[in-house]
Amino acid sequence: MKNYVLSLLVENNSGVLSRVSGLFSRRGYNITSLSVGETENKNISRMTIVVFADEPTLEQIKKQLNKLINTIKITEFDYSNSIQRELILVKVKSSAKNRYQIIDVAGIFGAKIIDVISDEITLELTENENKIRSFIELLKPFGIIEFVRSGITGIEKKSI
Amino acid sequence: MKVSDAICKFFETKNVEYVFGYPGGALLPMYESFRHSNFKHILVRNEQGAVHSASGYARISGKVGVCIATSGPGATNLITGIATAYMDSIPIVAITGQVNTEAIGKDSFQEADITGATEPFTKHNYLVKDPNDILRVLKEAFFIASSGRPGPVLIDIPRNVQDAHIDFDLSKEINILGYKPTTDGHSGQIKKIIQRIKKANRPLIYVGGGVFSAKATKELREFVKITKIPLVNTMMGLGAFPMDSPYYGGMVGFHGNEHSELILKEADLVLIIGARMSDRATMNFSSFKTDTDLIHIDIDPAEIGKNVVNQIPIVGDAKNILNSLNKKISTLKIEDWLNKVNDIKTFTENFVTTNTKTINPKIALRLLSSISPNDTIITADVGQNQIWAAKNFKYYGDRRYLTSGGLGTMGYSLSASIGAKLASPNREVICVTGDGGIQMLLAELGTLAESKAKVIILLFNNSALGMVKELQEKKYGKNAPFGIDYDLSPDFVKIAKAFSLSGERVYSNANLNKVYQKALSSEKSFLIECIVDKDFGTL
Repeated sequence: MKNYVLSLLVENNSGVLSRVSGLFSRRGYNITSLSVGETENKNISRMTIVVFADEPTLEQIKKQLNKLINTIKITEFDYSNSIQRELILVKVKSSAKNRYQIIDVAGIFGAKIIDVISDEITLELTENENKIRSFIELLKPFGIIEFVRSGITGIEKKSI
Repeated sequence: MKVSDAICKFFETKNVEYVFGYPGGALLPMYESFRHSNFKHILVRNEQGAVHSASGYARISGKVGVCIATSGPGATNLITGIATAYMDSIPIVAITGQVNTEAIGKDSFQEADITGATEPFTKHNYLVKDPNDILRVLKEAFFIASSGRPGPVLIDIPRNVQDAHIDFDLSKEINILGYKPTTDGHSGQIKKIIQRIKKANRPLIYVGGGVFSAKATKELREFVKITKIPLVNTMMGLGAFPMDSPYYGGMVGFHGNEHSELILKEADLVLIIGARMSDRATMNFSSFKTDTDLIHIDIDPAEIGKNVVNQIPIVGDAKNILNSLNKKISTLKIEDWLNKVNDIKTFTENFVTTNTKTINPKIALRLLSSISPNDTIITADVGQNQIWAAKNFKYYGDRRYLTSGGLGTMGYSLSASIGAKLASPNREVICVTGDGGIQMLLAELGTLAESKAKVIILLFNNSALGMVKELQEKKYGKNAPFGIDYDLSPDFVKIAKAFSLSGERVYSNANLNKVYQKALSSEKSFLIECIVDKDFGTL
């Protein structure tokens, strides 16, 4: 079992998200993250879905998604054929003593400092899943108050 | 033109003959338009009956069945029938009325989110908020319901949309970006299949209801004629191949023939055609040896590899694929295997005891089978009557067997028989049912009487839910049955007569022939109530 990233082009109609997410819940598939937004064509949306599954289940997920009338195309992403990014907003405890250490960590990852108050800093980072994971690990010792992740979104690389 | 009139006009372009339905406040404009239309409206007693009738109609006519219900409870009453059609891949367009667009989402009177509720078991559904979408939606719905793997499509139409005015213009071609079913089998896969079949020593064909959906029974029979490969079928595939053929190996599954399972276990190659390999039909997937090669032909790619791992998948319409195979395949040298199949069949032949005090349903059905026309249509309910009808009525010629194979819906048979008879008025239709199933939708006797469709109802009354009783006994012991007795069963013959139908009660097989002849010559639908011993077994 591992995470697989599926990119779906779907019709941009009401009810489509419900059909896709409903399919996962009623067939017992495990959804890790789902992000969705309009594409350059306002009639079409792109969903990026991360699923935790074994290979036969993944095959069945792709086939069942393909059966939905609103699904136009499904692509399975990996790092070689796609660019994948995720946004994280993370609130970290900070004191005057360690504030610059946190800012250093942010600098290493290219994260933005978007809010600072006396005892906490909020950072924003857009990166791939591995970098996000490392970023969280490095911030943990300071004390993470809370974070929110957008779920992965991705785009295909131009085939050469 | 008013949207409701446009819908009627559209139905006429699709040669819709019957709309099975039940009116309501949210359908007032529709029914006003129906009043002026060419097709016939069949008023059911419960909306569930409307879908089952549309299902029986669709399965016999080969066309899309149409049903209609009002918003809220009318729409939710359709749900069981829609789920039944979805599981059995029956092409149906269900129209539901909805509250006015401005009232949607406000828990208005008789409002239900029917598109949300039917999402898991419709092939697709629509809520039409813009009147200008209606013709596109109707065109798409009929196309989606009847193409690829058939299934039910629901269209929810608010009352004010039905009243709106549009131009009736059907010229725009439909183009559904995400829906392009593959109908022709891949030529490379067809070549592979032929090579693999030629190498097989003990090949077997395994047929499901998809053969009927693809209208491929002629091609299937031709394929067997050329190759001489024996065949077994699922319950949904009953009637696709004549039972009196030496190549017929019986019905597989939980209640199938013992010999069919043995034949299946002996095969070294199984060619699956239009079967979804359900847990019931494959005995929880224990029907095959692990080293048996499988070829799976199905129009729905998601069915291939879903339940059983297959060596050669081929996606497409069974008719097209069988046609391609028939052009390229030749007779196989498998006489030994055929002899073995026939030996297994003879060895496990079912002998039926004749010693019963009341009606013996097996003998009753065998008798009716021998004296009924070769194109008789049987609709069966769910339970013991379903298995008796599947295994003791013989299917050859153009005989058909209609039942709720996938969802196992009690109450299906009576309504399905109405639709089947309307679709094919010249064929005999026998509705086989039990005292449990018929009471689920008993009032549909009224629909039957009013529709003037003539159906013979063969009701096996054992004053109990016989199959549940058997399952309880098997799992919890002889004294376990609970909640399955009808202490007060109605007088079904009197009820039939109260609905202006004919009927007679029969207590022994000796009298059945006479009563059946009476039923055959009756102008009205005729209910034959057969009294059966509560302990009479399914198998």
